[in-house]
Amino acid sequence: MKFTVQDPCQLVRKSLGDPIAEDLRFVVKAVVGEENFIDMTPNRSNNFCCGGGGGFLQAGLPEERHAYGSQKFNQIIKTGADYCITPCHNCHSQIHDLSEHFEGTFHTVHLWTLICLAMGTLGENERTYLGPDLAEVGL
Amino acid sequence: MSTEPVIKLGQKKKSLFKDSVMALLPDGGNLNMCLTCGVCSSGCPATGLADMDPRKFLRMASMGMDEEILSSPWAWMCTMCQRCIYVCPMQIDIPQLIYNVRSVKPRDEKPKGIVSSCDLALKHDTCSAMGASEEDWVFVVEDVLEEVRDSQSGFESLEAPMDKSGATFFLNQNSREPVTEPDEMVPLWKILHSVGADWTYGSKGWAAENYCMFMGDNKDWESIVRTKAKAVDDLGAKVWLNTE
Ligand code: SF4
Ligand code: SF4
Repeated sequence: MKFTVQDPCQLVRKSLGDPIAEDLRFVVKAVVGEENFIDMTPNRSNNFCCGGGGGFLQAGLPEERHAYGSQKFNQIIKTGADYCITPCHNCHSQIHDLSEHFEGTFHTVHLWTLICLAMGTLGENERTYLGPDLAEVGL
Repeated sequence: MSTEPVIKLGQKKKSLFKDSVMALLPDGGNLNMCLTCGVCSSGCPATGLADMDPRKFLRMASMGMDEEILSSPWAWMCTMCQRCIYVCPMQIDIPQLIYNVRSVKPRDEKPKGIVSSCDLALKHDTCSAMGASEEDWVFVVEDVLEEVRDSQSGFESLEAPMDKSGATFFLNQNSREPVTEPDEMVPLWKILHSVGADWTYGSKGWAAENYCMFMGDNKDWESIVRTKAKAVDDLGAKVWLNTE
């Protein structure tokens, strides 16, 4: 099972830069196992925006928003990951929607979900975004 | 050989929209420094939408095509993600140009969804773009917390502090969680609990989003930020944590 991560523009490029992207990878690798992590290309401060930012999700332009996001979708598909981890709520909404719209095979999951899953503390009602392969783990 | 010039530019020097934006920015946002290399456009996911791309938008601004750039819907398709600045050899601030195009549009010409999200946020001191009131929010947090304490072993003493004074962290939350998927707040509480973090929510100013900023309305943007900052200050929290 492979996991990739979306670098949120707001957190990485626009605020704290590559050091926070490294912190993010430290946490993600600790949670999913280093051998199960795969980066998108490009990444960190050079990453593409998912298309959920700047108010796009509320702008009433779904066609254009999907076209914008197709770049992100293809980037995720290229990694072959089963899960895309999104540490920002907007990224989660947009990438989850992209996966449905373009019929992707990956799941889109909040970082907090996987941290709790790894700690063995994820409750039954907190698993909406897990696929069937992880839905029952640790229950 | 033809004597006709290939490109005819306007005769008189106009006062350009671009110049008004440059006046607002440190170093004028470098808006006059473009080398036309195209690196911005080649890595911009909005390239091609509405027949536009960042280099084209900037060149049109430089040529004084104000009417065209001000009426282009592309200002709402650029997410102001700043990747173009990051890769530009001259660090040209195209997203700031976009922001100012958004901001000069009259309210009734801005996307309705963004305007109504901003309007809702201005309704309560919660700043929630989904219009959640202080009572709604406090109720949801208490309700979900009680459910977890009662049903999940090991979390009988889980906390989601509200309006605690002097906490280290004041935590913001995107409105969509309390309003549409409240259980998604719980993993975050558990992580904070497990690491022993000293944190609090506030009944005011807790909503993470700010659509007034996306709308390009400086006055409403400032009002939202001031309401949120005041909520943090009033509780004497040291760090304002915004999760998005
Ligand atoms: S990357 Fe910078 S210099 Fe190159 S075309 Fe874009 S704005 Fe101009
Ligand atoms: S800020 Fe706008 S123009 Fe620049 S890369 Fe992002 S979407 Fe493209």
